[in-house]
Amino acid sequence: MRFMIIVLATAQSEAGILPPADDPIWAEMDSYHQDLAKAGVLIEGNGLKPSSAGWRIKFQDGKRSFIDGPFAETKELIAGYTLIKVRSREEAMEWARRFPSPFGNTGDGGMIEVRQLFEPEDFPQ
Amino acid sequence: MNEQIAALWRIEAPRLIGALARKLRDLGEAEDLAQDALEQALRVWPLQGLPDNPAAWLMAVAQRRAIDRLRARKRHADQEEAFARELETLGLDRVPPPQQREEIEDDQLRLIFTACHPLLAPEARAALALKVLAGLSNAEIARAFLAQEAAIAQRILRAKRLLAEARVPFELPRLEERHARLDSVLEVIYLIFNEGHAATAGPDWMRPALCEEALRLVRQLLALMPDEDEVLGLAALLELNAARLPARLDGQHRPVLLLAQDRRRWDRGAIRRGTEHLARVRQPGPYSLQARIAAVHARALRAEDTDWIAIVSLYEGLSRLAPSPVVALNQAVAIGMARGPGHGPEVALRLLDAMAGEKLLQGYPWLHSARGDMLERLGRYPEAREAVARARDMSRNAAERQLLDEWASSLASAASANIVCIRAKKRS
Repeated sequence: MRFMIIVLATAQSEAGILPPADDPIWAEMDSYHQDLAKAGVLIEGNGLKPSSAGWRIKFQDGKRSFIDGPFAETKELIAGYTLIKVRSREEAMEWARRFPSPFGNTGDGGMIEVRQLFEPEDFPQ
Repeated sequence: MNEQIAALWRIEAPRLIGALARKLRDLGEAEDLAQDALEQALRVWPLQGLPDNPAAWLMAVAQRRAIDRLRARKRHADQEEAFARELETLGLDRVPPPQQREEIEDDQLRLIFTACHPLLAPEARAALALKVLAGLSNAEIARAFLAQEAAIAQRILRAKRLLAEARVPFELPRLEERHARLDSVLEVIYLIFNEGHAATAGPDWMRPALCEEALRLVRQLLALMPDEDEVLGLAALLELNAARLPARLDGQHRPVLLLAQDRRRWDRGAIRRGTEHLARVRQPGPYSLQARIAAVHARALRAEDTDWIAIVSLYEGLSRLAPSPVVALNQAVAIGMARGPGHGPEVALRLLDAMAGEKLLQGYPWLHSARGDMLERLGRYPEAREAVARARDMSRNAAERQLLDEWASSLASAASANIVCIRAKKRS
């Protein structure tokens, strides 16, 4: 079963400010993802640029309208994701528990959200 | 709680066993001690709650057990000093410091190479690898292979004893034997995948859980050996084959052969990953060539778009690097599917007929189903039916037998009603 560990955006990530090169978060993230890879559970992981670099398309009565970023509701935006494939919900929980604090170890370190993916067998044939 | 412990175990088992085996220089003993620690965790944790650092807890318990065992072996007082020295050199007398990344990686590679040692029969390697690298229990391994738990326990016990008796060191292979040792690792991962992909016996056509385990093992290996061509090749091959799993059964859970599959159900993400691995291969080898063949199929959006000429030439390359009757058989089928001079069902049929005496293909149902396929393409239905029926009689898999049965009876009606090529059209 696959799970997506989603890093929710913060004001800082939405401002496009990356942690400085010597920030321990880089090493922590790298080490965590290496652990995932060496356990054979990592499918892929990526960071997303702020929503100012993106856009939305709204569908109304079959018509499309474009809305350029940035979008206001920061807490509902995502800043990155890590996709894993594991044997059980508990294993996903254990890996998620080990996820580094995405925006540092002092103050508001951000929030992650874990969601399970549909698998082919979940869909009607 | 037990599910949570099982999850923790799957994550920690390879590291724990690897570190213990390095200290004790014995994989079997390390595995025993790790199991002891797990059993104790299963007794204690549900009562006391999870410790803060479960990995360190497991290691401490395992080391204590190791000391007890060593002590039991050295009862005499005059050996106490030697015992103390041994503890010190093994580092069992202290809580281990957090391990360095390189050390863990080396342990993991040693673990992979030792558990998949060529001294062991492939089935023994498969069971041991699933146990120590994937953290599966005997019961889980038994379920995966449709075997009795006791039989799997025996198989693992014998494998560990064999490694101990042959004094196989817990080390990375020396340079001159590295190639053969890696082959032995890749072979067992491929075996696990194939057993899941096309179960040779039993009621199910496939057992996806085994495919998942094999993929997980190859991803582990790839993370440790990211630039090894054949590791990339095997990773690509497994991804590309796994991509088709969602299309291998129809709505009624009946098997669907490659050319009849609904390709919209193929896993595009897996195809992309497989193709990316392939792009990094420098020197082609048997696994990457097979992956290239799978990639040709993956590229064709419809079965009729398949570039059979490309597949024929890839099989030529494969039969030079790793000749085998099964490769020759598949090459003949590709020749039968391709159009143009030197190709087509008639040529293929001649090649297949020439293989009939091949020892390794005796009892291999797919030789006969391939003959049936070519005969059907030539409109020779009664002979085709006979060949398919023969394949059916040889198959030991229930779902496969049903598939071949249905094919044979459709050939019988095609023959009697003289319906020309309805199935051939559908299938090509």
